[in-house]
Amino acid sequence: MTAPTLDIAGLTVAFGGVTALDDVSFALAGGELLGLIGPNGAGKTTVMRAITGVVRPGHGRIRVGGRDIGTLPVHARIRAGLGLSQQLTRPFRSMTALDNVALAAGAMRTRRPLRSLLASDRRAERAEALRLLELVGIGEVAEQRPDVLPLGVLKRLEVARALALRPRLLLLDEPLAGLNHAEAERLADTILALNRGGLPILLIEHNLGEVARICDRLVVLDNGLLLADGPTADVLANAEVQDAYLGRGGHAAA
Amino acid sequence: MGYEITLLTTMGIAVIFALGLNIVAGFCGQISLGHAAFYGIGAYTAAMLTKGGTPFLLALPPALMLAGAVGVVVGLASLRVRHDFLAITTMGVGFLFIGIVRQQDWLGGEMGLSGIPAAGFGRVGFMLFVLALAAATAMLSVHLRRSWMGFAFDAIADDEDTAQLLGIDVARYKLAAFAVGTAVSGVAGALYAHHVRFIDPNSFGFVESVTVLAMVVVGGIGSIWGVAVAAAVLSIAPLLFQVIEDYKLMVYGALLFTMMRLCPDGVAGLVRRLRRGRAG
Repeated sequence: MTAPTLDIAGLTVAFGGVTALDDVSFALAGGELLGLIGPNGAGKTTVMRAITGVVRPGHGRIRVGGRDIGTLPVHARIRAGLGLSQQLTRPFRSMTALDNVALAAGAMRTRRPLRSLLASDRRAERAEALRLLELVGIGEVAEQRPDVLPLGVLKRLEVARALALRPRLLLLDEPLAGLNHAEAERLADTILALNRGGLPILLIEHNLGEVARICDRLVVLDNGLLLADGPTADVLANAEVQDAYLGRGGHAAA
Repeated sequence: MGYEITLLTTMGIAVIFALGLNIVAGFCGQISLGHAAFYGIGAYTAAMLTKGGTPFLLALPPALMLAGAVGVVVGLASLRVRHDFLAITTMGVGFLFIGIVRQQDWLGGEMGLSGIPAAGFGRVGFMLFVLALAAATAMLSVHLRRSWMGFAFDAIADDEDTAQLLGIDVARYKLAAFAVGTAVSGVAGALYAHHVRFIDPNSFGFVESVTVLAMVVVGGIGSIWGVAVAAAVLSIAPLLFQVIEDYKLMVYGALLFTMMRLCPDGVAGLVRRLRRGRAG
C-alpha cells in the first residue's frame, strides 16, 4: 500500500497554558476530499497551521506522501507539495489579482534566488494565472488590485493562488465563508471537480450543507480533541457530534 | 568647467549609493538606517588598496565584494527582526562601523586617510566612468525589478508570511537583496574615496545614512528614476547652497519628515497621481 497523502499522528499544540490540539490523529488517503469540521475554537485552523509550519506542535508527526515534514520551514513544506488557501485572506495588495496568482504559478522560477535573477518573462505564468482565476469564477477581476475587491472575490483569489502552486495536497481553510449561497455552491462544485480531477483536498468549512454535499468523509474536532472520523452520513448522525456542533441537546436547525 | 565636473561626479556617486539602498529598502522592503557603513567599507577598502599601489580598477572588485559580504552578515543578523527593530539594528551597524574604524590606527583612526591617489583617468574621464557606472546601476535595478527575483521581492516587501506560503525562501531572498544592495553601495564608496581623495570616519556617519535614506524616500521608495533624480538633486544641493551645507541634517531631516507625513510614496508617487489626475 502506498503512503497516505497526509498522515497526522499524535498532534499536540499548546499556546501558553491552553491546549489547542490534544493528541489528534487522522489521515487523508489517496485522492480523498476530506472535510475537517468542528465548532469555533475546536482547533481546525491550528491543524492547518501545524501542517504548513506556521505553528510548531509540541508533539506529533506530520507526513505528506510518506515524508515527515515536521522539521521543514514553511516555504519548504509548500515546495514539498502543499497549497494553502487561508481563512483570513492575505492577498499581496501591491499587485494585481493576476500577478498574485502568477507569482505562485512561477514557484519553479522562484525556487532559487540566483536563477530567479536570470528570468523575467511572466507570460506563461500569467496565462496560467488567468486560467485559474477563470476556473474559480473571477477572471474578470484579473487586472484589478485586491484593495477594491469584495471578500467573496478575495476568498476565491486565495483558492486560485493555492492551486497555482500545483500542490499534491490542497488545504482549504473556510473557502466558502463570506460567499453568498449561489457563490458558495459554485465554488463547492469547483472544489469537488478539482478533487474528481485527482487533487486530494483537506477542507475546513463551517458551511455544513456544502461540506455534507461534497465530502464523503468527515473528521470532527471539538475543543482540541478528535471527536469523530468516518463516512459523512455516519458522522453527522453521531450523537456526540450533534451535541458538540449544534449545542447540547439542541436539534439540527442549521 | 571644473566645477561642473565635480557636480556631475558627485551626482553620479550619490545615484549609485542611493540605488544600492533602494534595492534593499525599496525593492525588498528591508529598511536600513546604517547604509553609510557599506559606503564606508567600500571607500576604505579601495583607498587602502590604491594607497598600497593597487590600480584603481583592480581595487573596485574587492570594495564591492567586502561591502557585499559584510552586507550578507548584517542581513543574517537581521533575519529575525522586522520593521522598526530592523531599523534600530541597522542603525547600530552604522555606529558600530564608525566605532571600529575610529580605533584602527592602520585605517588612519580619527584622522582618516589622506593622499588617496587619483583613479588615473583624468577628471573628465573619472566623471564619465562614474556616470557610466551610475547608468549601469540603474539598468541593473531595472532588470532586477522586472526579473522573478524582483517579483519575489515585491511579495516579501508586501507580506513576508504570505510569501512563505507561496514557497518563497524569504530568508535567502532578503540576503540576496542585502548582498546586491550593499555591494552596489560599496562601489559608490570606492568612487567617493577616489573623488575627494580624503576620507575619515565622519564621512560615513549617521548623517550620511540619513542623507541617503532621504534621497530614497524623497524620490519614492522603490522607484528607480525617482530615487536617481532625488539623489542627483539632493547630492549637489549642499554644494550649490551654502545654507543647506550648514544645516544639512536639519534640512534632510525636515525633508524626510515632510515626505513621510505628506507624500510617503515620494516624488515618483506624486507624479503618478498627477498623471492619473490629468488622464482621468
